[in-house]
Amino acid sequence: MKFQSQRIAWFFFATCMLLFSLQIVYGFLMAFAHAGYDVLHPLIPFNAMRATHTNLLVVWLLAGFMGSAYYIIPEESNRELWSPKLAMVQWASLVVVGVIAIAGFHMDWWEGRKFLEIPRPLDFLVVINVLMFIGNIGMTTFQGRRYTTTGIVLLVGLVSAALLYLPGMIWFDNHVLDSYFRWWVVHLWVEGVWELIMGAILSYLLIKLTGIDREVIEKWLYVIVGFTFVSGILGTGHHYYFIGTPRYWLAIGGLFSALEPLAFFGMALYGITMARRGGRQHPNRVALYWTVGCGIMSFVGAGALGFAHTLPSVNLYTHGTLVTAMHGHMAFWGAYAMLVLAVISYAMPQLTGRKLYEGWMAEWAFWASNIGMICMTGAFAVAGVTQVYLERRLGMDFLEVQKAVEVHFWALILAACLFTVGITLFVWNFIRYGMPSPEAVQPDGDAAVPAK
Amino acid sequence: MLSKSQARLFFLTATAGFSLVFLGLTVDSIRQVPARSHADAMTPEVLHGRELWDDHNCMGCHTILGEGAYYAPELTKVVERRGEAWLKTFLRDPEAMFPGQRKMVNYHFTDEEIDAVVAFLGWIGGIDTNGFPAEPDLRAPPPATAVSAVATAGRPEKFGQVCVACHSLGGQGGNVGPALDHVATRYTAEKLDAWLANPQAIKPGTAMPDLKLAGNEREELVRWLMTLH
Repeated sequence: MKFQSQRIAWFFFATCMLLFSLQIVYGFLMAFAHAGYDVLHPLIPFNAMRATHTNLLVVWLLAGFMGSAYYIIPEESNRELWSPKLAMVQWASLVVVGVIAIAGFHMDWWEGRKFLEIPRPLDFLVVINVLMFIGNIGMTTFQGRRYTTTGIVLLVGLVSAALLYLPGMIWFDNHVLDSYFRWWVVHLWVEGVWELIMGAILSYLLIKLTGIDREVIEKWLYVIVGFTFVSGILGTGHHYYFIGTPRYWLAIGGLFSALEPLAFFGMALYGITMARRGGRQHPNRVALYWTVGCGIMSFVGAGALGFAHTLPSVNLYTHGTLVTAMHGHMAFWGAYAMLVLAVISYAMPQLTGRKLYEGWMAEWAFWASNIGMICMTGAFAVAGVTQVYLERRLGMDFLEVQKAVEVHFWALILAACLFTVGITLFVWNFIRYGMPSPEAVQPDGDAAVPAK
Repeated sequence: MLSKSQARLFFLTATAGFSLVFLGLTVDSIRQVPARSHADAMTPEVLHGRELWDDHNCMGCHTILGEGAYYAPELTKVVERRGEAWLKTFLRDPEAMFPGQRKMVNYHFTDEEIDAVVAFLGWIGGIDTNGFPAEPDLRAPPPATAVSAVATAGRPEKFGQVCVACHSLGGQGGNVGPALDHVATRYTAEKLDAWLANPQAIKPGTAMPDLKLAGNEREELVRWLMTLH
C-alpha cells in the first residue's frame, strides 16, 4: 500500500465478507425449500429468499468492485484519494440502502423484476451513491494526471456500469419492453462492462503478482475487452429469443452469444500465460491462485456452461429451467466472486502489513470453495437436465418433476457444505488480518516482483 | 506483432461499431413490439394485473416468458392450459388446491384483483414468443379411445374448466385425484353433494380443494356425475 486513503477499501471488503456469508445462508434456505423442507414459508416465502440471495450477491460484488477501485485507483493515479471522507459517506450510505432493500423484501416491498427487485425510490438513492463513488475516483484519476490503461479501463467500466443502471429505471406499461430494457442493465453489466472491470482488475493483479511488463499485459487487456464487446453487445440477443421481441434476435443472439466464450477463454489464457511467463516468485501465492482461478472458472462457468444452453434450438427447451441456475452459479462465482476474493487476498497483506497468506488456511479456503462450487454446479446440472427432459420434452407435470429432482437438491446441499467450509476459512482469515494499519504504508508502494 | 495502439484501436472500433448496430436493432424492436405483444389489448385491467404481478414479486418463484425463478410453474400459457375458472379458484386459496405440496403465499386478493391477474396472464399468453414454450416433442400420443359421446353429452362447463385438471374421464385429464369413470356406481348423489360442498369435513387432510361452488353449480355437477355408470 502506498497511500493512506487506500485503507478505505477495507470497509468495502468487510462488507463483502458479511453480505457474502448472509447470501450463503439464504442459499441454504432455498435449497432446503427445493428439497421439500420449506418450514420458513410463513415467515420468508421463497420469492423473498430468492430476491435476497441474488441482491446480496449484486451488492457485495459492487461493494467489492468499489473497494477494489478505492485500492487500485490511488495507486494507478499516484496520489491520495480525492476525498476519503466522501468515500466513507458513500460506504455508509451503500450499507444503509442495502439494509433497507433487504428488509423491504421481507415485507413484500419490491418490484417483481428479476435481479432489479429494489423499489424505485431506492433506485434514486443508488444513483446518488454511485455518483459519489464515480465522482471521487474520477477526480482522483483526473488530479493524478497519470493515466494508465489499467486505471482508465477500470474507470470506464465503472462509469459505464453506472450509466447502464439508468435504462432499468425507465417505466414501460408494456411488460415486453420492460423486460427488454431490464436486460440492458443485467446482461450489459455481467456480459459487458463488468468484464471491463474484471479485465482491468486482473491486469492490475497480474502486473503486481507476475512482474510482467505493464505494456504487454495492458495490450492484451485491450484485445480481451475488445472481444468482450464484439460478442457481448449483440449477445444480449440471447435474452430476446422468446419474450415477444422480433424473430431476427434468434439468429443474432445465437451467433454472437456463441462467441462470448472467446472473451472468457481470453481471460483464462491471459491469467495462465502471464503467470507462467512471469514465474511465481511473489510470496502471496494464494492471491495468484485466485487471480488465475478466476480466469479459468469464468471460462468454464460463464463461457462453456453459458454456451451449453445459449443456442436458440437448445434454449427453447432449457429457457426458464434449473439449467439456468447451473450456469448462473458457476458464472458469477468464477467471473466476479473469485475476482473480488482475488483482490481481497492480494490487498489484505498490503493493507495490514501482516502476511497471513502463508498458512494452510488461505490455501484450503481456495480449494474447498472451488471444489464445492464445481460439485454444486454438477448437482444443478443433473437437476436441470432432468427437468428439461421430463417437463419440457415429455410433458410431465411441473410439481411431479420437482419431486423427481428433490434428491439432487440434497446433493446440492452437501456440495454447498464443502463450499461453505472454504468461505468460512476465507472469512476467518480476513478477520485474523484485523484492521488496516497506517504503518503498512510504504513509500514505493507494492513494488511488483521482478519477472524471471 | 500487434502493438498496444493497434489493440486499443480494435477495442474502440469494435465497441463503437457493435453499439451502433445494437442501438439500431433496439429502435426496430421497439417499433415491432407493440404489434407482436398486442399492445392494444393492454386494458386497464391488464395493467392492474401487471402491477399486482410486480408488487408481489411473482417472478421470485414463477417464470413468465421463461424469465423469473424456478420454484413454481412457467405461466406464459397458463390461461390456455388451466382455464380462467381454474385459475380464479386457485388464486382464492392456493394451498387448498395442492395441499401438502409446495406452497404459494395467499395474497388475499379481492375478486377484482384476481380478475386483473388472470387478465394480465391472458395478455401474456397472446404475445408472439417465437414458439416458446415448445410443445413437449417426446410426449406419448393421447390414447386412441377418446372420451365417448355419452361422457361429454351434457357435461357442465365447470367440469371442463376445473375438475379435469386433477381427475380424468375416459383416459383424459389429470391424475392427482381418482378417475371419475363409473363414479355413479360408487357414490350416491347425496354423498357426492356433501363431498363437493366440504371435502375436508368428509375426509380431513384430503387433497380435494373446497371449490366454493355456487349451489346450482354443485347441483348441476352432481346430476351429471350420477349419469356416469
